[in-house]
Amino acid sequence: MSEIKPGGRAAGKTATGHIDRRASVKALLDSQGDDVLIVAGLAGAKGDVIAAVGDDPRVFAFGGAMGAAASMGLGLALARPDKRVLVVTGDGELLMNVGTLATIAIANPANLGVVCVDNEHYGETGFQRSHTGMGTDLATMAQGAGIAAVRTVRETAELAEAGDMLRQSNGAAFVLLKVAVDDPPKVKIHWDAAYHKNRFRQALLGQP
Amino acid sequence: MSSEWPEEIYGLLRDANIDQFAYVPDAGHDHLIKRSLADPDVHSIALTTEEEGVGMLAGAHLGGGRGVLLMQSSGVGNCINLLSLIRAGRFPFLTIVSMRGDFGEGNPWQIPMGQSTQPVLEACDVTCLKIEDADDVATTMSAAITMAFNNEMPVAVLLGQKLLGAKKF
Repeated sequence: MSEIKPGGRAAGKTATGHIDRRASVKALLDSQGDDVLIVAGLAGAKGDVIAAVGDDPRVFAFGGAMGAAASMGLGLALARPDKRVLVVTGDGELLMNVGTLATIAIANPANLGVVCVDNEHYGETGFQRSHTGMGTDLATMAQGAGIAAVRTVRETAELAEAGDMLRQSNGAAFVLLKVAVDDPPKVKIHWDAAYHKNRFRQALLGQP
Repeated sequence: MSSEWPEEIYGLLRDANIDQFAYVPDAGHDHLIKRSLADPDVHSIALTTEEEGVGMLAGAHLGGGRGVLLMQSSGVGNCINLLSLIRAGRFPFLTIVSMRGDFGEGNPWQIPMGQSTQPVLEACDVTCLKIEDADDVATTMSAAITMAFNNEMPVAVLLGQKLLGAKKF
């Protein structure tokens, strides 16, 4: 078995962010309470969420269908205005369907937050640099889309205020986490999306 | 009677407790879009691309809600990869597709996707029910609603240009 070195497959890659992705996602999720519903985008974002809250029924995590996490969060937030919904997604996934920021901004559900874990790379496919490492700013795009509550977090000390904004916003909110490029150990959960869907619904609705 | 079929569809959707209407602006769905926008009891959501509707409807189901995606046949092509969410998660999925590139089409740009719409949907495991005649609208829509939500399966109702009328060029 080969030893995992710091940085893993990301060794030698650089990003403008320096905060730790696992720790900062955990801090944000912990600040939201344990009844927030979470949609986790595929790959790195899924790992961050599962590492933070465990393989929990209130999480629906993607293993594919790249680009759908934010729109799924929108449908869930509209269906459950009584619950807070958080989408956690990566820069690569959000770029793929970046128009969804406009759709969310216009619908503007008071209970929906989107957290983008931006390591400026496509980690799953070998840490190729993404647009956000070459000048694209997703927080500016979220603002331009019309989302009023937007924060960029570059320092650990800024997490608490971003968490407060996510929890208290009375419209759609967006947090861009500028994280270090790293390759933390993978967190494995069952692949079966129907199982996760049924478990999520059982916990929320009392029926699969 | 037959000219009132768009309102018939709206009534059937609402009777089935569908309250999320996801759409990309389209002439073929003009009535349903306007009707849903004017209805205070539903969420009528303008999308930037049809694939957002696939995610949105799956999210609705996750929360115990029901939605429908209104799109043109050209939008079907935009949805393909995200339909894997529906199949992998065994989500119910209902879409109403207004056809272009179909009966009497006069714009050659519409032909490729229009002619591919049903084969592509079926290749993605989406059951297609096509309507050509206004008298069949209520029966077919009811069948599609039952199939999608009782069986948690993807169903597309294709509104053919024989029903809608082909755009004049």
